[in-house]
Order: sequence, then structure tokens, then C-alpha cells
Amino acid sequence: MNLSKILKNTFLVILLSMVVSACATKKTAIIDSQIQGDVYTGTDTVEYLAKGVPDRVFFATNESILTTMSRDTLRKQAAWLRDNPSVNVVLEGHADERGTREYNLALGERRANAAKDYLMTYGVSADRISVISYGKERPVDSGSNPLSWSKNRRAVTVKAN
Amino acid sequence: MKKFKLILNTILILFISSTKSYSLVEVDITRGNLNPLPIAVSPLFQDNNSNTFFEKELEIKDIGSEISKVIENNLKQSGLFNPLSKDAFLQKPDIAHLKPRFEDWALIKSQALITGKVTAINEKLKVEFRLWDVLAGREMLALAFTTVPSNWRRVGHIITDKVYERLTGEKGYFDTRIIYVSEEGPKIKRIKKLAIMDQDGFNTKYLTLGNELVLTPRFNPTNQMVTYLSYFRNLPRVYLLDIETGIQEVVGDFPGMTFAPRFSPDGKKIIMSFAKDGNSDIYTMDIENRIVEKITNHPSIDTSPSYSPDGKFITFNSDRSGYQQIYVMKSDGSDVKRISFGKGLYGTPVWSPRGDLIAFTKLHKGKFYIGVMRVDGEGERLLTENYYQEAPSWAPNGRVLIFYRETKSNDKGEGFSAKLWSIDLTGYNERMVVTETDASDPSWSSLLSN
Repeated sequence: MNLSKILKNTFLVILLSMVVSACATKKTAIIDSQIQGDVYTGTDTVEYLAKGVPDRVFFATNESILTTMSRDTLRKQAAWLRDNPSVNVVLEGHADERGTREYNLALGERRANAAKDYLMTYGVSADRISVISYGKERPVDSGSNPLSWSKNRRAVTVKAN
Repeated sequence: MKKFKLILNTILILFISSTKSYSLVEVDITRGNLNPLPIAVSPLFQDNNSNTFFEKELEIKDIGSEISKVIENNLKQSGLFNPLSKDAFLQKPDIAHLKPRFEDWALIKSQALITGKVTAINEKLKVEFRLWDVLAGREMLALAFTTVPSNWRRVGHIITDKVYERLTGEKGYFDTRIIYVSEEGPKIKRIKKLAIMDQDGFNTKYLTLGNELVLTPRFNPTNQMVTYLSYFRNLPRVYLLDIETGIQEVVGDFPGMTFAPRFSPDGKKIIMSFAKDGNSDIYTMDIENRIVEKITNHPSIDTSPSYSPDGKFITFNSDRSGYQQIYVMKSDGSDVKRISFGKGLYGTPVWSPRGDLIAFTKLHKGKFYIGVMRVDGEGERLLTENYYQEAPSWAPNGRVLIFYRETKSNDKGEGFSAKLWSIDLTGYNERMVVTETDASDPSWSSLLSN
């Protein structure tokens, strides 16, 4: 994975410069705290299904693997869905703009299904979850930089009723 | 074919090295053309009665001159010709069309000359034209067409195709259309419509209103049908659209997203991806009897399928190796072979209409490339590098590719644009194709007339 390598190197450089001079700029420090291993960990774009229940999980470039943090979010969503059995949801899968359109449609579908599968293992029945991929067609952040892209690589759980 | 090219090259060499003018003018399109052929396109002559008729009918003054501009622009855009300024022309259009004074045309360094005549006959447009070899002093081609007056731009395109074919030995690509996705609005709320235009950017028509997201339109190579992806009612499905009647329908009855559609070379099948439970496989549907066949069966993403022109093979994009790569298989799904082995990721393979090459998008070290490789994966050649570009589509003669390119936006999302570009197979003659709005996902039609 080229991008993650680049990112890792960037972090290393940032870390080193912090050790050496302890004067890393505020901006890189913010980015540093918002991306871990190429996955967005901030709360900038996140909305909430209910108090303490984030609506989305984020992915590394080209990946559909759920991180520890994503699994934690999805368990909260599953618990909330079990408490609210009349609510159905749509899982929207998205990709960043740095890939071909058709592959990204497939990747978005794969990401949404990764989240759906996890909700199902925590007791949400399949017929309450529908899936749609938007590929790279519906970014939340329109910047062309690693932080913007990390916010766009996401699966969002949206109330359907 | 090889023999023919050899002759073509020999003629060119003779032409350059010899002062004798017994050889006919020819253009070699197999290399980047750094010395485009100087050509004079005389305004097509018309008599007063015809002039009055067409001015009334089309609200255009001097239709003959306008047709010659269409031809000139086509020739210039091809990169192979250098149309000379009409200011330097010494001979009047009507006289030149009867018998050019070749010395006059040679004087302005023209090697080929196009003349013509436009007449109104029974409220129809009759156009005759001749192509002349200036140095050899003889006629190379003479043809006449009759059509409805509103078709006048197409006449210009057909003439260009005939001239191109006569001078290069290959079919032209000027009487063609491009279908694409018109884009407007901010990046996070982009409005997309299907649009169609002539190859030179004129006669743009919008086929959808922008109420739902539409993507990846592709022409049927045998007729004026189009297949594309629409998010109608928020259900992403492959649709079939007849652009003459406007009638559209969903392709097949799939319980999930279908996408990445293309026609088979005989126009009878649609090949596409169907995504289910996080896995995308390739399917075909016969348009007439609606029979659906599953072509790939692999727990990876298989998408962007494209048939070879003989219909016997399919190239497609898969991440079964872990990353996006290009594969080739027999059209029944057997004998799958990976063909891309260079550094980076590969996507959007499209088989050339000539059969010998596959065009693709490549992502390597944060840059996007449009390239071509032979169908066995050998001979990779990158034609253009940019911040973002993808989705090449071949001109029907397999000599030019059209694709789309996006610019980088700043942190606020400003500075973003999406435009169509074309480039020759040689890697030369890269040009922006002007569209009314931002544009993406271009697909080139076959020649409308043959």
C-alpha cells in the first residue's frame, strides 16, 4: 500500500521533528491526531443516530477491514438498533476520489457489507439493513488531500424510516 | 497490413527525398506526427440562388464556407494536418473546384487541396467535393452527397472521413458522436446528466434532467442504443436507452447493484458487474431473450469488463491478487490470465477496436496514467500522466483515445474541474475536448455512416 507507507513515513518525520525541536506546527499535529494508519479517527463529519451512537465508520485506502474503533462504533449501533426494533437502516458505502469510478462502486459496496455483516453478528436481522454503494460520487469533504480522502472512505448507517 | 504500411513509409520517404512529384501525397499515422501535412481547404462554392435558400433555411450565411470550416477544424484537431490560412488563397473557390491552378497552391506550400460546391436541389443540400494532390497535379478523390440541409455539419464530418481515409489509408473517426456525463455544482453535491454531442463538441443534447445520479454511458457499436448506470429511485442499476426514441428500461432483474456495463461487439449482449454481499462478479445479459449468464465466480471484485472485437475474449479488472489488476479470459469465463504486472494499480481495461491493444488507467505513486499494452500484457506504453485521469474510450479506428481528467482542489474544494481530453495512440496530440459543462465518462460511438 503506497499511500499508507507514505503516511507512515510522514508520521515518522513528524514524530522525529517533534522530538528534535518540539515545535511541530499546529496543523500537522491536528492531522496526526485525526488519522491513524491511514484511517480517519476524528469526529469532524460524524453524525449521531442517538446520543453516543456515531453513524459512520472509516476505512484505510483500498481496504474494507473494520478497525477496532469501527467495531466499537458498530456494536453501539447494533445495541441501539436492538433497542429500537422498528427502525430500519440503509448502509451507504463510499470511497475516496483517488480510484477509478467502477472499482470504487464495488469497493463502496464491499465496505457497506463489511459493516452490515458486523451489525448482523451483533443481532440485527438482515431484513432491517439495506445496502447502497455511492463509490466516490458523494464525498463529505471536497478537499484533495489525505485528511479529506480519509473522511470520505466510510460506511454510513442512515435511518430508512 | 504490414506490407501496406511499409509501402506507405516508402512513399513518404520518396516524397521527402525526391523533387520529382510522381508519388501521391500520403500521411503516416503510425508515428507521432511532428510535421502535419499542409492542406488548403477552399470554401465550398455556391451559386446565388442556393445561397439565398440556405440562408433562409438554416439562418447561416455562406453555408459552403461553414462546411469548409468544419472540415478544417477536424483536420487540425487530428494533429496530422495543418490547414492553411484562407487569406493566402489565390484562386476563387468556383474556379479551383473545376480545375485548380496547382502552381498557385504550391506557392503557399499546400500539398493537398480540398475544393467543393454546394447547391440547393429540391430543398435538399447537395455537396460535391474533390481532393487534389497539389505536387502531383491530379485529382485523388471526388464524391457528392445529398441530404437535408440541417445535416450540414455531418456533411463536413463525412468529407473529413473520406479525406482522412484517402490520405492515411485508415478509416476516419469524424462522423461520430461522444456520449458523456455532464457535471455541474459543487463536488459534494454534483449534478450529473447524460449528454451527447458530435465528436467536435457541437450539437450537445442532454438526455436526462439531473434528478438522479447517472454514470458510465456506453454506445452500442452497432446502433444508437446506450447502456449506463442510473440511481433512479436510489437503486443503482444498469439501464438501456434508445437515444432516438428516448425509451429506457432496466437491464435484467438483479437483487442488487449492477454497474460497469458495456455492449458486446455484435451489440446483442450487455456485459456488466453485479454486486452482492460485498462481492462483485461479471454477468452478461442477452438483450433479445433476456438470458443472464454468470461469467466470473470469485470472492474478489471483478469489474470493468470489455470484449475483444471478435467477441471471443473479455478483459476485466479484478483485485483477486490483492490489488486492482487487469485480466483476460475467454468469453465463457474460462482461462483467466492476469496480464498487468507493472508497478502500481491498473483499472478500466478497454479492448481496442483493432484487437491488438488494451487501453487502461494506471495509478502509481499518486499519479494517474492512461496507457496501452498488448493483449498478452507485453509492451506497456504510458501515453499521459496527470493528477487524476481515467476511463479511456477508443475512437472507432483505434488511433485516438478519449478520457476524462480531474484537477486537484484546495482544502475548501475550490479549483476542481472535470474535462474530456483526447490523445493519439502515439502519445502525441493531447487536446482538451471542449464541452458546455464539466464532463466525465466519455464513450465514443462507431462511425455513423460507412
